[in-house]
Amino acid sequence: MALAPRTPTGPRSPAVRPARFRPPGPRVPRLLAGIAGLPPGLEGHELRYGPLPVRGLARGRPGRLIDLAEASGLTGRGGAGYPTGRKMRSVAAGPGNKVVVANGAEGEPASRKDRLLLTRLPHLVLDGIALAAEAVGASEAYLCVHGTQDSLLNTLDGAVLERRAADLDPVRIEVVGLPHRYVSSEQSSIVQFLNGGPAVPTFSPPRPHERGVHGNPTLVHNVETLAHLALIARFGDRWFRRAGLPSAPGTTLVTVSGAVRNPGVYEIELGTSAGQVVMLADGPSEPLQGLLIGGYFGAWLPVSAAWPVPMTHAGLKAAGGALGAGIVIALPASCCPIAETARVVRYLAEETAGQCGPCVFGLPALADALAQLAFSGSLGRGRDRTHGLAEIGALIRLVEGRGACRHPDGATQLVRSVLSAFPADAQRHERQGPCPGVGRPPLLPLPGDEERDWDFR
Amino acid sequence: MSLTLRVNPIACVGHGMCAELLPEVIELDRWGYPILTARAVPRPLVDHARRAVRACPTLALLLEQNTGKHR
Repeated sequence: MALAPRTPTGPRSPAVRPARFRPPGPRVPRLLAGIAGLPPGLEGHELRYGPLPVRGLARGRPGRLIDLAEASGLTGRGGAGYPTGRKMRSVAAGPGNKVVVANGAEGEPASRKDRLLLTRLPHLVLDGIALAAEAVGASEAYLCVHGTQDSLLNTLDGAVLERRAADLDPVRIEVVGLPHRYVSSEQSSIVQFLNGGPAVPTFSPPRPHERGVHGNPTLVHNVETLAHLALIARFGDRWFRRAGLPSAPGTTLVTVSGAVRNPGVYEIELGTSAGQVVMLADGPSEPLQGLLIGGYFGAWLPVSAAWPVPMTHAGLKAAGGALGAGIVIALPASCCPIAETARVVRYLAEETAGQCGPCVFGLPALADALAQLAFSGSLGRGRDRTHGLAEIGALIRLVEGRGACRHPDGATQLVRSVLSAFPADAQRHERQGPCPGVGRPPLLPLPGDEERDWDFR
Repeated sequence: MSLTLRVNPIACVGHGMCAELLPEVIELDRWGYPILTARAVPRPLVDHARRAVRACPTLALLLEQNTGKHR
């Protein structure tokens, strides 16, 4: 499925001279405010957002940005939602040289927000890298994206060169292409890759903030987190808190797709309801039965339950879901959620790093069991415990929590959620065989073979 | 402070020695990989646990002082 990065500000006619970004301005868009009608390159970026405040912030107290980040309440936008300031502080307190890694690899097939940011607002992300490096005292910085994205790599190399010519950054930023595999964007995978190894997760502890790239304390932030940091450094923590909820401040990028009229990347205040997000994308294009929120590490929710849920980590967790990296996929009533999930679990099984037995053997078995339920049911085997829902439940319990990383847990959470969000579908498949929805073309996007690397080097 | 067992799932290739030597705490799943039925090792089994750790051909079984620092 093609998912063009579009924004609500997209089609507006370009201004000759962009208005200077005004800090107290509208609460959204913030990150995406700079996207329309801007001269390309560093010049347009500085016109819109003002110069990089690295020297003013650093004077005397390099840690001031960490204070600002903590006070702002910014949390990681890559999926885990860890407090940004706290992570920076623990890296800054570590021994020796520090390293900053910007994670723009965006392993989630249904997410486009990081690619949009890096393509259209690379300097905002690079500002964040420079500021974070200054704040934690890093001597090295890396910006990691998928190595299959040639045009993106070129854009970023160009932006880095432009900044180097202007002598803007306190540290040399290197753009790195990672193998395009689902688990390669996991933070320990990136660290191992930068250390010369394969881009697969490692056994922890030590975690990257303790011992990461070249053995040094390493700060790994998602690129959207860094872009927010670049705005907080300019406009302050109180400005940042003006959007969102007191318990979950700021804005976040969401990627909306599936059965909506205008799929794309949108910027929302945290706490916006899932239903409002669907309406931002001009609403459903056909009747919906559910939403998949959080991507393939997230969870299905029935549409009625999902609609009022606030888009925050806490709000979605309370509803049995996960915010993840802000992915919302609208599932039309004519689709079969079991079949959709079966295809994704097959993909996740193929995307195992091949390291941990329960993941290597368990995910393909789970994919088989789910595919059987989806496409052939378990007719005549109702009481056979080696098939159907009983087997799926057993496999979930066998796989969960038994990998070095959370890859197998993401898959089991997705399967658990499809069974609890659509129990009647699951029962129907088991008792009566496939529903008519399995014949519909797949809704959930999966990368084509040409986009995937087949090793981790 | 207690001793807890942990499996490094990357290093483990399923030899199954640990389940032979410490069946009270370790059983094998259907593919032959260890499942810890309890993480804390009961005191009378500590020597057996150490033996299982030493016997692992890939050094994948770890016996750790549980300081509460790491999950």
